[in-house]
Amino acid sequence: MTDVAATAVEATERELLSFRVGGQEYCVDIMSVREIRGWTRPTPVPGSPHWVRGVINLRGTVLPIVDLARRLGISAEDASDRNVIIVVHLGQQTVGLLVDAVSDILSIAENDMRPPPDIASREGETFIKALTVVEERMLRVLELASLLPDTGREAA
Amino acid sequence: MSLRVLAVDDSRTIRDMLKLALTQAGFVPSLAEDGLHGLEVLGEMAPDAIITDINMPRMDGFGFIEAVRRLDGHRATPILVLTTESAPEMKARARSAGATGWIVKPFDPVKLVRALNMVAGPGGAQ
Amino acid sequence: MTTPDPMAEIRASFFVECEELMEALQDGLTMLDGGDADDETVNICFRAVHSMKGGAGAFGLDDLVRFSHRYETVLDEVRAGRLEPGHDVVLLFMRAADILSDIVHYSRDGLPVDPDKVEPTLRELEALISDEAEEEEAEVTDFQPMTLALPFGGPPADRVVRIRFAPEPDLFTSGNEPVHLLRALAALGEMQITPDLSEVPTLDALDPEAACLAWEIVLTTNRDRAEIEETFEFVEGLCKLSICEEQSGLSLPCLPGLPPLAMPPAPDAGVSPSAEVRPRLTLTAPPDCSDPEEGTPPPDTAKTHAPQPAPATPIAVESPVATAARPATTPPKATVRVDLDRIERLVNLVGELVINQAMLSQSVAQAGLPTNSPVVQGLEDFMQLTRDIQDSVMMIRAQPVKSLFQRLARIVRDTSAAVGKPVRFVTRGEATEVDKTVIERLADPLTHMIRNAVDHGLERPEARLAAGKPSEGCITLSAAHRSGRVVIEVMDDGGGIDRPRVQAIAEERGLIDPGQAMTDAEIDALLFMPGFSTVKQVSNLSGRGVGMDVVRKSIQDLGGRVSISSSPGKGTCFSISLPLTLAVLDGMVVDVAGEALVVPIGAIAETMAYREQDIRSVGPRTRVLHIRDSFVPLLDLGVELGFRPAKESNAGSVVLLVANEGETLGALIVDAIHEQRQVVIKGLQQGYGNAPGIAAATILGDGQVALILDPVDMMAKAGTRPGQTQPALAPTG
Repeated sequence: MTDVAATAVEATERELLSFRVGGQEYCVDIMSVREIRGWTRPTPVPGSPHWVRGVINLRGTVLPIVDLARRLGISAEDASDRNVIIVVHLGQQTVGLLVDAVSDILSIAENDMRPPPDIASREGETFIKALTVVEERMLRVLELASLLPDTGREAA
Repeated sequence: MSLRVLAVDDSRTIRDMLKLALTQAGFVPSLAEDGLHGLEVLGEMAPDAIITDINMPRMDGFGFIEAVRRLDGHRATPILVLTTESAPEMKARARSAGATGWIVKPFDPVKLVRALNMVAGPGGAQ
Repeated sequence: MTTPDPMAEIRASFFVECEELMEALQDGLTMLDGGDADDETVNICFRAVHSMKGGAGAFGLDDLVRFSHRYETVLDEVRAGRLEPGHDVVLLFMRAADILSDIVHYSRDGLPVDPDKVEPTLRELEALISDEAEEEEAEVTDFQPMTLALPFGGPPADRVVRIRFAPEPDLFTSGNEPVHLLRALAALGEMQITPDLSEVPTLDALDPEAACLAWEIVLTTNRDRAEIEETFEFVEGLCKLSICEEQSGLSLPCLPGLPPLAMPPAPDAGVSPSAEVRPRLTLTAPPDCSDPEEGTPPPDTAKTHAPQPAPATPIAVESPVATAARPATTPPKATVRVDLDRIERLVNLVGELVINQAMLSQSVAQAGLPTNSPVVQGLEDFMQLTRDIQDSVMMIRAQPVKSLFQRLARIVRDTSAAVGKPVRFVTRGEATEVDKTVIERLADPLTHMIRNAVDHGLERPEARLAAGKPSEGCITLSAAHRSGRVVIEVMDDGGGIDRPRVQAIAEERGLIDPGQAMTDAEIDALLFMPGFSTVKQVSNLSGRGVGMDVVRKSIQDLGGRVSISSSPGKGTCFSISLPLTLAVLDGMVVDVAGEALVVPIGAIAETMAYREQDIRSVGPRTRVLHIRDSFVPLLDLGVELGFRPAKESNAGSVVLLVANEGETLGALIVDAIHEQRQVVIKGLQQGYGNAPGIAAATILGDGQVALILDPVDMMAKAGTRPGQTQPALAPTG
């Protein structure tokens, strides 16, 4: 998920968008973020995984919404209009990630990113690419590819 | 002074290539898709030289050349025939129809320009 | 260079042109075979191959050049009337066209051509004109750029070449012009030129169209003789020409009594820097006859002389090749080539327009304006316009199925040859227009169906004869518009489906219970079951282990349906019914557990109120609807989609009768019907839901996404899902 252009300019700095999900802080590479939207009620899709909330209309495109709290295995109450949708783009897929709130945009040096500890005690941890500490808060950097279903990427 | 060249060929590819080669060499090309179309275009412009294919629908190259030679203003307009065969009979045939010269396809743009210079003068110059 | 390579663009456009030429060729060959061909038909075929050869030469596509040249040579024989295009010859031409098409594709993709596939056909083609002379000629005139180069050791040094050039009258009538020739010659080196005026008569005796000038040229050049000769290539035989080379680099004296003249250099040539005097040649060469263009003879002279220099040989007119002034039979319509991306964009934008219009309508309706208000009236006009624009845009993408049918004709030929069953292939409705995307996605399933028809549908020639049929089987492929859909049929006149055998195989594979009583239609439908294949070993023809279930799946993905009809001894017909376009759909918007859903109108036979007395329970959670003396499965859509648990009572609901090709498949319970309207189909990304019968979505007037249901698919799958309670009488087709 490293952006070539960005790393070329700033070899060691990465820009991340951080947000809160179920009381924990996560972040994704800002290069994959397309936009941030307010809550819209999704249309449920039968037969979808439990962490897919359904689909919404994003200016004419049918956008699937991934409930990040459910995806990461964090119990969270039902979504409401206090929630926010981060629209991310990965390969040919565009997906909305349902989160509690967006916090910040951070510049993190590559050196400050640690690989996650090699314990898969909880489901959520397999989605984490790296850990970093900012102002004594631990941030989990998400691996987007592992969050989204495989088929979509190949189908494009 | 740029020479105006009328190029007649039923193949879009060849027309595109002629247009490219002629434009790059500084000629001003006009294009037509077959003999009849060529005569129509000829009614609207007076080319300094004409390039024509032989095998074309509606009116083939021989018919076209003969028709051009019957026009008062074009008795001596240089006409080059595009031919895929270099057989002497083909050349004799082209000449007897009134062609000035011939270009063997696939044409080399350099040779095309040289052939045009030989029959129409150095009009491609800028 | 940031600009795109123009040659690469022309190359790409060449391959597009090749497809058009292949189509023209195949059309021509079909006409030839049908016997309703005239001379021009042969000409069209010849020109198609000839044009491919011409373009291929320009891009150095040697395989393509070679094959098209041989092919063209044989077609030329037909054109010249020396070869009769009988049935067998035309069949060979068709096979050659198939190979030519392959070579075009290989050439386009830069792949090598397998000689084993090409050579046998080439040899067969050449055998048609096996006269020694022809074969020899084919070799001699093999399509190669002419090379005139004569052997000269090493790069030639500067040397002196003496040339005498005396034009004859024909040189001028051929449109050649000595001035240009001499100028081109001057570009080869340093040139001194002397006009020989000895033949010029006095003015009163001067024939303005006679040639009386000659030139002596001394050229100092390092170019080889071939290049010098090439300059005079066009006037060979139209002049007296002598070229003598001298060993020394010394310049030789010119003719006595005449000053040497320097050639006026070409404005751009940059040669002849030594030219101190730069007179225009036309000024120094006395008689005007050297330059018919500039020195125009008096008009009346021109008239009197006009017939005389007219084209030297009138024979050409009688030639069969000269089709001068032949009236065009069908003048081509003016067309514009447009990048497909642009059309896609337009289609998407129109889709947005439709959605926006729907949103606007909804807002206006909610505003409660009177129906006679200008806003409401204007909106109605706007809706009509939107619909017209949409139809027009969809028409841009519509294409006749002809090209697809031509590709399939080839599949028939290939399969026919491979299994040794002679086949007559008949197509109908080639002009039927279907959305381009639909056509593209039909190619695979139809290919499979056609192969099946030849491989399994038709009997062997002996069996056919024994059954009193012609030994040649017949496959008919037809397309037609029928009530807003396209119906494509693949029909064979073979033995029909062997139903006892099909049933036996299905039992063997455990697809049905042994001894189960089944109707003909139910047995036929077994062919579409996953895991069913009547082929004993996986044939290389019927395609990589692909079964009819895959065919049905791909047709369904297009919003289409397949059905079979077959009668023993007479043949089988597979019928595909498709929407005209993948982009829009006439749908019924229904409410299910508070969610809006769209059901295609085409799949709904009837709507009715839910009546408890028409419902029978067959199992704990299985119900059927009693309608007109028959029972059809009844599904509660809200439960099926997992939107809500089963209700105590469905009173007040609405029942939709689902039908496919006139056959009622089942009934669906929905909570309410909102409206009927046209919707724009939006794809669903894969991996976010996999409900049977749901493959697409749309955006409604309120901006919400609504799923589009495929009720036929849903009814078909309802019985096969685990945990579902469907009666065994659910049809499989």
